[in-house]
Amino acid sequence: MKSAVIVFPGSNCDRDVAVALARISGSKPAMVWHGDKTIPKVDLIVLPGGFSYGDYLRSGAMAAHSPVMTEVAARAKRGVPVLGICNGFQILTEAGLLPGALMRNAGLHFVCRDVALKVESTESMFTRRYSQGQIVRIPVAHADGNYRADAKTLDRLEGKGLVALRYCGSDGTVSEKDSPNGSARNIAGIFNDKRTVMGLMPHPERVIEPLLGGSDGRPFFEGIAEALAA
Amino acid sequence: MTVRPGQQKNMESLAREFGLSADEYKLALGILGREPNVTELGIFSVMWSEHCSYKSSKKWLRTLPTTAPWVVCGPGENAGVIDIGDGMVAIFKMESHNHPSFIEPYQGAATGVGGILRDVFTMGARPIANLNSLRFGDPKHPKTRTLVAGVVGGIGGYGNCVGVPTVGGECTFHARYNGNILVNAMTVGLAAKDRVFYARAAGIGNPVVYVGSKTGRDGIHGATMASAVFGAEVEAKRPTVQVGDPFTEKLLIEACLELMATDAIVSIQDMGAAGLTSSSFEMAGKGGLGIEINLDKVPQREQGMSAYEIMLSESQERMLMVLKQGREAEAQRIFDKWELDFAVIGTLTDTGRLVLRQGGQVAADMPVAPLSEQMPEYARPWVPLPARPTVAAASVPAPKDYAIALKTLIGCPDLASKRWIYEQYDHMVMGDTLQRPGGDAAVVRIHGSDRALAMTTDCTPRYCDADPRTGGAQAVAEVWRNITCVGARPLAITDCMNFGNPERPEIMGQFVGCIEGMSEACKALDFPVVSGNVSLYNDTGTTGVQPTPSIGGVGILDNLRTFQSVGLKKAGNVLVLVGATRGHLGASLYLREIQSREDGAPPPVDLAAERRNGDFVRHRITAGKVQACHDCSDGGLYVAVAEMAMATGLGAALTLPAGDVPLHAFLFGEDQARYVLEMAEADAATLLSQAKAEGVPAARIGAISGAELTVNGAWPISVSELRATNEAWLPAYMSGKA
Repeated sequence: MKSAVIVFPGSNCDRDVAVALARISGSKPAMVWHGDKTIPKVDLIVLPGGFSYGDYLRSGAMAAHSPVMTEVAARAKRGVPVLGICNGFQILTEAGLLPGALMRNAGLHFVCRDVALKVESTESMFTRRYSQGQIVRIPVAHADGNYRADAKTLDRLEGKGLVALRYCGSDGTVSEKDSPNGSARNIAGIFNDKRTVMGLMPHPERVIEPLLGGSDGRPFFEGIAEALAA
Repeated sequence: MTVRPGQQKNMESLAREFGLSADEYKLALGILGREPNVTELGIFSVMWSEHCSYKSSKKWLRTLPTTAPWVVCGPGENAGVIDIGDGMVAIFKMESHNHPSFIEPYQGAATGVGGILRDVFTMGARPIANLNSLRFGDPKHPKTRTLVAGVVGGIGGYGNCVGVPTVGGECTFHARYNGNILVNAMTVGLAAKDRVFYARAAGIGNPVVYVGSKTGRDGIHGATMASAVFGAEVEAKRPTVQVGDPFTEKLLIEACLELMATDAIVSIQDMGAAGLTSSSFEMAGKGGLGIEINLDKVPQREQGMSAYEIMLSESQERMLMVLKQGREAEAQRIFDKWELDFAVIGTLTDTGRLVLRQGGQVAADMPVAPLSEQMPEYARPWVPLPARPTVAAASVPAPKDYAIALKTLIGCPDLASKRWIYEQYDHMVMGDTLQRPGGDAAVVRIHGSDRALAMTTDCTPRYCDADPRTGGAQAVAEVWRNITCVGARPLAITDCMNFGNPERPEIMGQFVGCIEGMSEACKALDFPVVSGNVSLYNDTGTTGVQPTPSIGGVGILDNLRTFQSVGLKKAGNVLVLVGATRGHLGASLYLREIQSREDGAPPPVDLAAERRNGDFVRHRITAGKVQACHDCSDGGLYVAVAEMAMATGLGAALTLPAGDVPLHAFLFGEDQARYVLEMAEADAATLLSQAKAEGVPAARIGAISGAELTVNGAWPISVSELRATNEAWLPAYMSGKA
């Protein structure tokens, strides 16, 4: 499996996700500078977490107009899988590759902690190694993770099974109090219509071994590696 | 204090406004051989400010132990460097940003983080962890809540964006900090041992290069402001506080590290306090050279900046470096890629003078070496503090209900969970955080290896206030102990000395006492000081802060699989207390929180016992015989066990050995050099006989069971209730409900 991690000025989880991809898929991703207009031929493009352009203006807003994003959009259109984690998710919504927007957390503060997530759909290369309804613990670390879209869009996402992950309680109940950021309908991650593009606020790359406090993020990358190896 | 070029002003009275004494001004006249112009006077005043010159503290700082076989570079450079094996070094330092954080909490704290990060990556290290030590005023004081919110927001805002995890710290409250909060930030970085960069300039004719952000009019005279007592006009000092841009800092880290991978750099120095002035003097001075700068070439944010403003600006995210001749284009390509300013602003000369030119005119011309060689140094008068009487345990009432007393303690502002703070910091970015906040020491893996660094910051200001010498020793010993608790070998410390006005003999007495205590502890524990910072004049009017020598320590775990945490692991295991319990209640948290008394001598620090007990515990952890470990500090044994229980939710039944120490003193006394270990029954038996053989006091004090905490079969309290109490205070306080 060949992958590329896009590095924007201010990305800071680029190394973390590259380590996770390399360790789990066995192949080291190419690191692509945002100013490049081309991306090597790859099976997966990752937009990592961080503070591209310092989150100035709006999170992800400036990165969405980076030179490399034209090519990312073209590849996505051709069906090349694209994954956006945290700031990467914000960039994907700003670039129009996923619907909705990530607003300031309802509590107004940056939040870094483990959250419980319910896997709502396993029908994607990203979530195939989880079981339907499985509760996993993965950390979040963001100030702008409050997912918002109009009711019609939310209904459509839910109707088509495009909600990937929801914030939940440790027993799996989904209620507003278990959301770290006030997201609409507790949405933590979504797919595009073809399920080839995924954006999520939690950081699966941070929990890939028990030493780091958990390994619930591991199946995420195992699924990707498995799907792309086939 | 605004000075414009061409403005006529009596230099001597201006010198006074700039914080130079009559004698210091006379000294400056002697060095220059004439009256200085405004720019030169500004340079003298910041270079000789307390903040930059250490003129009141140097005499005493020299007495600290700073060497060990593993120390690569001690105090005097941007940060300390220690050898951690495998061809690698750890580079670290702690620094204060107290005055600016009180005036403008968000930016003050943010730029404190930015400044200490630069001190570390200037030397070639990639920063891998941030820590901090925060002291606020009484929670009831009207300013405290706003200050906490601003400081925490600023630390998070900066560190999160830069992508360096904030892994540990401490935060306590006391009325003595009402008018002067303390914000101390520490950064730890890693570098290859043969790739460490220093500030010493070399090579006449080599280009002097400016990189990073543009220079603006912010932070002018920040170092002078930080060298004075606050008066009534504190709000008016806001323009002396710098504004941070963590995004630019992140780019600067990457660009500098990219350039450092080549061999183009001769020397490098960040522009911190006193900006371009101190960085150019520092580099030229250490190299014994002169430096000529064309100020027109300095990237500027605003038009019409005077030489004085450019030289004294403390605009953030800027670096000065000397490159090898002919390597400018290669370096510029890297900074262009990261979209940072890059300008050749001068050259190294053999004149031994700093010459500044602006608009074709000489704006300043002064000798470099005499400014540091003849820098004022004061042997300030000091008086030792009268010793406080020891408080006899029997004279302190026992609580009616021990469980309620415990709840009061773990719910009080100093011991309450600081989750509200550390969840605003990204403590996991970089993917190597093994011990998240809440442990005795943070543990961060050395990337790509099976070794890890353990780091912590500690100080108990109430002990330092009661007896500076004991308090100074205790601060160092507690850092050493916390690093031991996770199973690591303590290596070295950085110190951040926060005190009041040194011109008051009793404040100097506190300073001298703390330094003496620290020295003794550093020697006894083989734990040298490799970097540090002094912040004096933390006073408002005549009220000064509690003497607070914050200590940041670093240790190494040679095998990260042996690392140990505080949380109780398994019902049926037993608890062992290592170290002697004498029931010392003077200056304890029990006395303050339960009895509303702050008197008494602090617990004595027996450094031989510290060393013996700590080495004993560490060996057992390394041997894999210990399943949880926590030291006894604030609140004593009872609080320590409660914290171990709250970490995982398991309970414990304490059965304390009968003896002369009254029960409340046994539980709440703050005797030093003590550890609580969780062990399997059989391992505990072995340990107790080994302890006896080695002369280490150790006793079985209970077992792990259920989900409640009991003492001698009485005072049951559920761990979930303890947790709720411990978690309640800070969020309630910050939302205005407590």
